[in-house]
Parts: sequence; structure tokens; C-alpha cells
Amino acid sequence: MLAVKGLKKTFGTNTVLKSIDMQVDKGKVIAILGPSGSGKTTLLRCLNALEIPDEGIVGFEDHQVDFSQEVKQQELIKLRRKSGMVFQSYNLFPHRTVLENVMEGPIQVQKRDKQTVRAEAIELLNKVGLKDKKDLYPYQLSGGQQQRVGIARALAIKPELMLFDEPTSALDPELIGEVLRVMRDLASEGWTMVVVTHEIKFAQEIADEVIFIDGGVIVEQGPPAEVLSHPKEERTQRFLHRILNPTE
Amino acid sequence: MLTSNMVFGGIVIPWELLQQSFWPILIEGIKVTIPLTLISFFFGIIIALITALVRISNIKPLRWIFSVYVSAIRGTPLLVQLFIIFYLLPELNIMIDPYPTAIIAFSLNVGAYASEIFRASILSVPKGQWEAGFTIGMTYRKTLFRVILPQALRVSVPPLSNSFIGLVKETSLASQILVTELFRKSQQIGATNLDQIVYIYILAAFIYWIICFVLSLAQHRLERRLDRYTAR
Repeated sequence: MLAVKGLKKTFGTNTVLKSIDMQVDKGKVIAILGPSGSGKTTLLRCLNALEIPDEGIVGFEDHQVDFSQEVKQQELIKLRRKSGMVFQSYNLFPHRTVLENVMEGPIQVQKRDKQTVRAEAIELLNKVGLKDKKDLYPYQLSGGQQQRVGIARALAIKPELMLFDEPTSALDPELIGEVLRVMRDLASEGWTMVVVTHEIKFAQEIADEVIFIDGGVIVEQGPPAEVLSHPKEERTQRFLHRILNPTE
Repeated sequence: MLTSNMVFGGIVIPWELLQQSFWPILIEGIKVTIPLTLISFFFGIIIALITALVRISNIKPLRWIFSVYVSAIRGTPLLVQLFIIFYLLPELNIMIDPYPTAIIAFSLNVGAYASEIFRASILSVPKGQWEAGFTIGMTYRKTLFRVILPQALRVSVPPLSNSFIGLVKETSLASQILVTELFRKSQQIGATNLDQIVYIYILAAFIYWIICFVLSLAQHRLERRLDRYTAR
């Protein structure tokens, strides 16, 4: 469904991504792991052109963007509309209610019928367990609840691909479970997902493929049973050891 | 009812004159000062918003022109700006009354200062809000108008209210280009009562104070209403 070729990104003199190739098949869940500063979030943000890569191709079946050439704004917007994104810091619209947050994309961007969108939005909120909060403002919700609204908002535009940028990293530990539960449901419904995460156990459970990235290159990739349980590369081993034994 | 002058330790307060002058001065305030403020502020805000949007955009030549405008207005006295416009328009064969001339000058002045308020409040909205708009498929313009501006305008209300109250007082400068507003009226009354002129000016100050006091009450109410979606 999505093929990435030769993706490069530099910030000033700092090369964050050095020629990344990856492929995302329909219905699969890809987990991206890596130490902080490894480039994993930048990679995710290049997939929907929140960062503009210096070089490389981000290609969906029916829409390819080659960043080695000048890219028109219109092309970027078209690329962006393929994916929904869930942010580490939720980024809900604070001046709109929960329901309005979810309805904003379908109504304002897709110009769909308001009654239908409303019914769908309530259904989505029901799915993430927040139907009864639909008329509240984001500041009235806990972090976990805000993040679940963030997921519903991203789903509402019916994207082909769901991107998650460390969706639980800003949450208190006791709130992480409720967000992971929603993501697990999405995975089992067959959503195609790319998830940047530090939750090793979660990646092990729901990912079809794990990509370990360090220093802007993919160090190791494969099914979680290989990469997470029997990593071949020393860098992967060290990273997993550090994350699983944080106090050592 | 106080009908005669009262004496405090040698100071004679001319109550009768103050009572006679109160309404004529207040009426110029209501008829001229307040409309002058409202109209100039209205146009000023429109100029300010356009200026701010151009200055955060990436249209280079326009950005440069508007930056020069803001810099020039902020770098010169309002009184001088008033005089320049007052004498410039006839040079350009544009014959208009002092009152609209004052509106042009005040609007341009407010436009420059308030554009900085708008620019700062737009920049104060977290970058994540832009990104959230982009990821649900919005264009730059849509994100600006649906996501960023509603939040930025909320932030800009307190400083804008300050500008507005400031403008009420600055309109007194229009007296210098022959607009008969609150202050010029008191000058005229004072000119025929030179011995008591200080009391006339104190009266004028008092009337400005009342107007501004009422406006600041309105400001507080507006801010409270706009607080509905922010955490306390």
C-alpha cells in the first residue's frame, strides 16, 4: 500500500534520516522502535509530509511523491489526506468540543453531509468509549481521554493509513492501558498502522513487523518474534536491554 | 444644589461653570470622541489583521512593504502622523474634512500597533495546532481560519482592549487638526474662562476617565465570556 524509497532528511548539518526504504502492506501494523534522536519520529512525519524529506519517494498505490524534485503544495495536501495522525501531545482543538473535534475534518475538508458525519462521529466516540463526553471541551478530559478523542478525530477522515507518534509517551502510567486498548481494537479490525512507540510489550503483541532504527538507518526489521525476542544486531540488543532494565 | 463658588483654603472651585460646561463637553465626547474611536479602531483592526497575516506569510515583497509600514508608524509620533496626513491630502488634491482625516491617521496608527498584537498571538498558538489541522487534510488557509485564528484572537483580546482604551485618549490629538471633539470643546470653553481654565481641563480629564472606566468594565466581561474553553 505504501512504499518508501531512499528517504533522506537533514536538519541543518544534522542528517536525521540516511536513505530509508520501507514498505507497509495493507492491514499490517508496523512498529517503529529506536533510541531517542534516532530519527523514528522524523520518519513517521515524512510519511504525511509534516516534514519535507530532502530526497526520496513516498508512494501510495495511486499517489506518488518524489521529494528529489520540487513538490507542489497541492501534492503535499493530497499525500497528507491519505493518512490520519495521532500525536504524542494529542493536539486537540481546545476551542471545540469533543464532537466538533471529530467532525471538523469530514465537514470542513471533505464537505460531507452534516447529519451523516455527526452520526459517524458519535459512533467513533462510542468505539473509543467517550460517547458520553461528546459535549465537553478537551481541557475537561484526562490525558488518556484526550488521546482517545485524538484517535477518533484521525479515524473520522477515513484514512488509508493511521500514523501514531508515541501516542502514550505523554500519559500517566495508569492511563496508557485505555489508549493501547483502542489501538489493539483498530489493529484487529484490520486498520493499516505505523506506530512509533516505546511500549515493547505492546509492539510484540500487535505488530506484524518491527523496524528498529538508530542513527537514521534501519538497523533491523522483521516480525516481533525475531527482532524483539531474538535480535541479531548488537545495537538492537543493547537498546532492548536498556528499555527492559531501566534501572541497571 | 450647589449654586455658587465654594472656597477651600483659598482655592475657589467654580461649580456653576463646571455644571454649565459638563454637558457641552460630554456631548462632544459622545458625538465625536466615541465614534472617532470606534470607527478608527474598526478600520485599524482590519488593517492590523491583514498586516499580521501578510507578515507571517511567505510572500516576500509584501512582507517587506508591511514591515516598513509598521516600523514607520511605530517609530514616529502620532501627532506628527496626524499633521502629515492633514497637510498631505490637500497636496494630493484630496479635499476632505478634518474628521475623516483623523480617522485615516488613527486607523493607520492602530493598524500598525495591533498588527504586532495579532502577529504575537498567532505565533503563540502551538505548532502542533497547525499540524493537527494539516493532518485532517486542511490547507494552510483553512487551518489558519478554523484552527489558529480563533485561538489567537482569544489571546489578543486583553492587549487589544488596552489599545482601544488608549485610543480613546489619543483621539484628543485630533483637536490639533481642528476636529471639535471632547478636548477641543473644553479648550474652547476654557478660552472664554481663562481664570478657571484648569478646572475645565480637570473636568475634561474626569469625563475621559469615566468613558475609559466603563470600557474597562466591558473588557472584563468580554474576557470572562471568552474564557469558556480554557482551563482555570
